[in-house]
Amino acid sequence: MSSGARSLSAGIGSSARSERALREQADALVGRGEVMLDGAGWGSKAALALEHSWRDEPGVMGWLKTNDHKRIGKRFVVTAFLFFAAGGLLAALMRVQLAFPDNRVVGPDLYNQLFTMHGTTMMFIFAVPIMQGMAVYLVPLMVGTRNTAFPRMTACAYWLYLMGGLSLWGAFALNAGADAGWFAYVPLAGPQYGIGKRADFWNNLINLTEAMGLMVAVDITTVILKMRAPGMSLRRMPLFVWASLVTSLMIIFAMPSVMLAANLAQFDRTFGTHFFNPADGGDVLIWQHLFWFFGHPEVYFIFLPGLGFVSSIIPTFARRPMFGHDAVVLSLIATGFLSFGLWVHHMFATNLPELGKSFFTAMSFMIAIPTAVQIFCWIATLWTGRISMRVPLLYVLGFFAILVLGGLTGIMVGSVPFDLQVHDSYFVVAHLHYVLLGGAVFPLFGAFFYWFPKFTGRLLDERLGRWQFWLFFIGFNVAFFPMHLLGLYGMPRRIYTYGADTGWGTLNLVATIGAAIIATSVLLFVVNVARSLAKGELAGDNPWHAATLEWATHSPPPAFNFVAIPVVASREPLWAREADEPTHVAGLSAQTREGLVTTVLDALPDVRYSYPSPTIWPLIAAITVVGWLFASNMTTSGMFWGLIPPAIAFIAWYWPTRKETAEQLLLQRRP
Amino acid sequence: MSESVASSAPVDEDRASRQRRIRRRETTPASVPAVRRGNLLDVADLPSYGFGTRSLMWWGTAGMSAIEGMGFALMIVVYFDLKSRSAVWPNEGRAPDLLWGTLNLGLALLSAVPNIFADDAAKNHDIRKSRLWLLVFVIFGLALLGVRWLEFNALNVRWDASAYGSAVWVLFGLHTFNLLTNYLDSLVVAAVLFKKPVDGKRLVDVAENAGYWWFIVVSWIPIYAVVYWGPRF
Repeated sequence: MSSGARSLSAGIGSSARSERALREQADALVGRGEVMLDGAGWGSKAALALEHSWRDEPGVMGWLKTNDHKRIGKRFVVTAFLFFAAGGLLAALMRVQLAFPDNRVVGPDLYNQLFTMHGTTMMFIFAVPIMQGMAVYLVPLMVGTRNTAFPRMTACAYWLYLMGGLSLWGAFALNAGADAGWFAYVPLAGPQYGIGKRADFWNNLINLTEAMGLMVAVDITTVILKMRAPGMSLRRMPLFVWASLVTSLMIIFAMPSVMLAANLAQFDRTFGTHFFNPADGGDVLIWQHLFWFFGHPEVYFIFLPGLGFVSSIIPTFARRPMFGHDAVVLSLIATGFLSFGLWVHHMFATNLPELGKSFFTAMSFMIAIPTAVQIFCWIATLWTGRISMRVPLLYVLGFFAILVLGGLTGIMVGSVPFDLQVHDSYFVVAHLHYVLLGGAVFPLFGAFFYWFPKFTGRLLDERLGRWQFWLFFIGFNVAFFPMHLLGLYGMPRRIYTYGADTGWGTLNLVATIGAAIIATSVLLFVVNVARSLAKGELAGDNPWHAATLEWATHSPPPAFNFVAIPVVASREPLWAREADEPTHVAGLSAQTREGLVTTVLDALPDVRYSYPSPTIWPLIAAITVVGWLFASNMTTSGMFWGLIPPAIAFIAWYWPTRKETAEQLLLQRRP
Repeated sequence: MSESVASSAPVDEDRASRQRRIRRRETTPASVPAVRRGNLLDVADLPSYGFGTRSLMWWGTAGMSAIEGMGFALMIVVYFDLKSRSAVWPNEGRAPDLLWGTLNLGLALLSAVPNIFADDAAKNHDIRKSRLWLLVFVIFGLALLGVRWLEFNALNVRWDASAYGSAVWVLFGLHTFNLLTNYLDSLVVAAVLFKKPVDGKRLVDVAENAGYWWFIVVSWIPIYAVVYWGPRF
């Protein structure tokens, strides 16, 4: 038994020769039924063994097979950002079209596809996936574990998402882009009016991205509840982790709704069912209920991770623990619950009972309370802290301004009589961009600046960052503030042009100029990332002197995250350390991929856990699922026979290999 | 450090006895929790798998059940929304024959018996009994699927006949899809159990598979009620 060095500073060089010797030694140990355990520090034999057992195989196959949450998380973020840029280009094209009255840059049919593709892209393949991608990357590091609970599922989720997004955009390139609005109301998207394949691609996208979202949500929930470092009781959990937990639980209960709706719509289209066909007993409004029962919580599962980013950034740059930590946690939970009672406020213009509408108005006002509580806690933290005004904090301050404005118009449209006046007008467009960009994109850019050093090991350029922020902030307000007025003047959403006599020309031109400024700002960000990747300032482990565990390891972290799992004794483990407490976990196998399962409330060490190894099957499973989905759009029999390949792929995914069983038996210890 | 972790710290044991203990890993009783050694918390003696909420797979299964349960619940909402908008219900076709569906309800409830025994055997680390009860369970499942086929033929309405037909078929189809996937899952878990050697994690899989079956059985009760009795009231 080579339990290695006990001291955390034992050093052995990592030259190729010593590594080979180590591997031989390791194999010999396994042959004798012994394993090397972790617990020693960087540079120890155990650290080398960890590196060996957690490393992905090199080359394309390693890239395709990986289930490392950091690689997958980065893929999510990069892919979603590319979709963000693409969706932004569509928006720019719409702004060009609307810049002048009677413009003829694009025609009505293309315009329908533009606004549908823009909304669908931003909501389904940018906002939700990027927030979940950030969680996939950050949560395991923040709670101090070595990978997600179901790493193969994380990998499969990414592939499903990628293929879903590409199929939607591929269809758009072939003039089959969805064109019934991002909420695809029936009967416009139904079999009678939604002719061609456009709505089918939209429905497929929903199936794939929501499957992705649900898989990641279950995964993240399990990581948070069962894989926290010893000592990280729920009360010591970082606020971003809380936000991710609430978001994941919301996803689990909200996303099935839109998935069901999209499938019912697709059955109407493919198999001739009558769910949304009033002529044969169907109901059009049930689509709206199902969609918004998901759609309103969705706004909040874009927004809650944003709040989590803000609550991570503020304490770091105010140099003090969060004021009112418990109040913030309770607010997050309250927001999660209340967000399920708001959906009808999207349907005030439909024929629903007035009493019901009053309930939803009340709920819509009520949800302002927990958000306000958080804002007061943030202000108090900043007020009493020693502020370091870096770019991430700048974005947080921008978020305050924009979100409050969006929240105020939210209270306005939350009341039925006002909503009826501005329904489907540009006022709503202005409102939703203020809350979504203010609530999600501003914190997201702050988060990029904050965690970029952890992702890459290098800092983003501060000066370019400030330029980008001010361009974004000014451009945003120039683009979207005039839309409030346009809406009040009566300009409807989703019109591809307007006459000169309406008098909407000037404000529309101003909005278009604002859009150009936003585009410049985003371009500046891309330049900043490219420059910093090549020659940015090296960050070190903890460039911001932050308090949470993701900063307790290298930047970027090694494949195994932590050389030894940390033990947590406070809410700010890197700021305060109790003198007489253990600091690290020891005794997990360094020669296989092993982690620790802890109890839900107190995070007491409970069970060791063998992570699944990387394999190609999650990718193959994703391909077969996509194949099944498209086959079921074509023919009825495709729906049945198409199930066989995914079944085979999932069985192969699960089937334990000889090596896995041998490892398992070696490490085995009965409960 | 939370108190309960710290309190598990015993006196330091010497290196040699620790090594002996680790070598004997499979035979020593697993009552030893994490042990504190200086600034380290030693978890080498923790079990390598656990049943119920100690297993990560339990949480994954619970999450998936919540998702599917939500799907069922929403589909039932759709059914009653459509029913409330229709003067006559069924608005096309007849209510399904009671015979096969009710028989299947009985079979599903009865299948809980081999399911419980397989679960117990797995939790007692009795591989032989786990195999046996899984086989019994697999036969039960086959009977269930057979009756389900007959049920489809006795629905008395086509999916494209009317909104009623659509709702019944989709509600029914959703449950059947889950039935099929769990049945396949049971077959695979059983097959792995016959492939030697069997490690403890596979016994957890048997228990988790049994847990998921409970969801299939319990969710069948409201769906049965809606499909078979919804058109009769």
